[in-house]
Amino acid sequence: MNAALIALRAIVLREALRFVRQRGRFVAALVRPLIWLLVFAAGFRAALGLSITPPYQTYITYEVYIVPGLCGMIALFNGMQSSLSLVYDREMGSMRLLLTSPLPRWWLLFCRLLASTAISILQTYCFLAVAAAFGIQLPVWGYVAVLPALVVAGIMLGALGLALSSLIRQLENFAGVMNFVIFPMFFLSTALYPLWKMAESSTLLRDICAVNPFTHAVELIRFALYGQFNGPALGWTVLAGAVFLGLAFWGYDPARGLLRRKG
Amino acid sequence: MTGLSVRNLDYSYGSRKALDAVSFDVAPGRFAALLGPNGAGKSTLFSLLTRLFTTRSGQISVAGHDLSKNPRAALARIGVVFQQPTLDLDLSVMRNLTYFAALHGLSGRTAHTRIAAALERLDLSDRAHERARDLNGGHRRRTEIARALIHDPSVLLLDEPTVGLDAASRKAITDHVHALSRERGLTVLWATHLTDEIEDDDQLLILHRGRLLQDGTAGTLRGALPLREHFLSQTSDRIGERA
Repeated sequence: MNAALIALRAIVLREALRFVRQRGRFVAALVRPLIWLLVFAAGFRAALGLSITPPYQTYITYEVYIVPGLCGMIALFNGMQSSLSLVYDREMGSMRLLLTSPLPRWWLLFCRLLASTAISILQTYCFLAVAAAFGIQLPVWGYVAVLPALVVAGIMLGALGLALSSLIRQLENFAGVMNFVIFPMFFLSTALYPLWKMAESSTLLRDICAVNPFTHAVELIRFALYGQFNGPALGWTVLAGAVFLGLAFWGYDPARGLLRRKG
Repeated sequence: MTGLSVRNLDYSYGSRKALDAVSFDVAPGRFAALLGPNGAGKSTLFSLLTRLFTTRSGQISVAGHDLSKNPRAALARIGVVFQQPTLDLDLSVMRNLTYFAALHGLSGRTAHTRIAAALERLDLSDRAHERARDLNGGHRRRTEIARALIHDPSVLLLDEPTVGLDAASRKAITDHVHALSRERGLTVLWATHLTDEIEDDDQLLILHRGRLLQDGTAGTLRGALPLREHFLSQTSDRIGERA
């Protein structure tokens, strides 16, 4: 096997082993979207009326509506957490080890992204299984069709986290990331309410939602869950992913970025 | 061909100069101790030697490979033990080593043979399946040294590898690495601020405020003085300034 693939396999395996051993992280990753699904959505069900919009072909309950958004939420949190954990010194140690490998640096960073995406996909399928157990079932083929959408969304959000981790100097700034990245991205998207519903209250907010890459990641997942392809959503997500990835590679360039400041 | 060659290396953090025209050579198979007080620039030098960051001024060559022109070939010849722990504590010693071997493109039987040899060399064979978290500080460091040798590097860089260890572990590790240099012809650069880790035959590089003050054989440089006294006499202006 080629050296680059050997490294990829090892990096993914390491992340998977770490994830399996950190049961708390797994439980938290599963409980967070389930609370939204089983508590928040149940409360909102009566308050929010949803009309039939693609990809739905019939009236749906609010719980059904927010499932794709919560899949996106798992990828969003996972992408931020796995990359921002680099701000910890201990994790920085493992990053140093990674970056002193003779393989190209961009490939090593990309392997790490793929590894964290693989973990977020595992979490998403666990979440979908629990949701199904609570009666929120999706078309069977949707569970397969969503896989490539989860890969694209996971890489885009992981790349954003990696880019941020190269800019953030201290752990304390994680709170800032929560306030200024995770929450706005999540709430100003179609994860919790459709665009037309947002437009009823503010067209400006609707416009912001429409350019938010997370919206497109969620829509890509939503359509895929129903076996449908959403080209514009894929285009936006890939474009945003490419920009974030470029920023991350730039941030981890040995001539600048996190490592230099941490030196 | 030199083991490690550093020419006119400069580095600044903003307006603060961390390294100022540092130049030295370490011959193949030589143990060189980079001695300097805290803040002398040792970790910055290590970050540049391992290409964690780069500088435009100066030149680094590892086993004949220029680090800026041919970084992958140079990095493939370097083994590193960082000052901060880099073991994954939740994984076994074997898993940690297999992971590292894969980062250097080694897998399967080749990786297994190399790992077994590295563990045996550091007397860690019976610890292979223990979790890194269950090892004491000395064994963790030895595991990191074993790991740094898996890909058969020609230059071994160690940044204050004995920090936080008790006297017995410190001595064991220092002796091990000296033996590696002697017996395997490994070029070693060992950063420390502890003079008792340095033997008279070692090459001594005294780094102070980013400048290389002395480069020679430790026994010759110290003369009749104990090394500790010699080191303090070289760097005392700084201590006086601090007081």
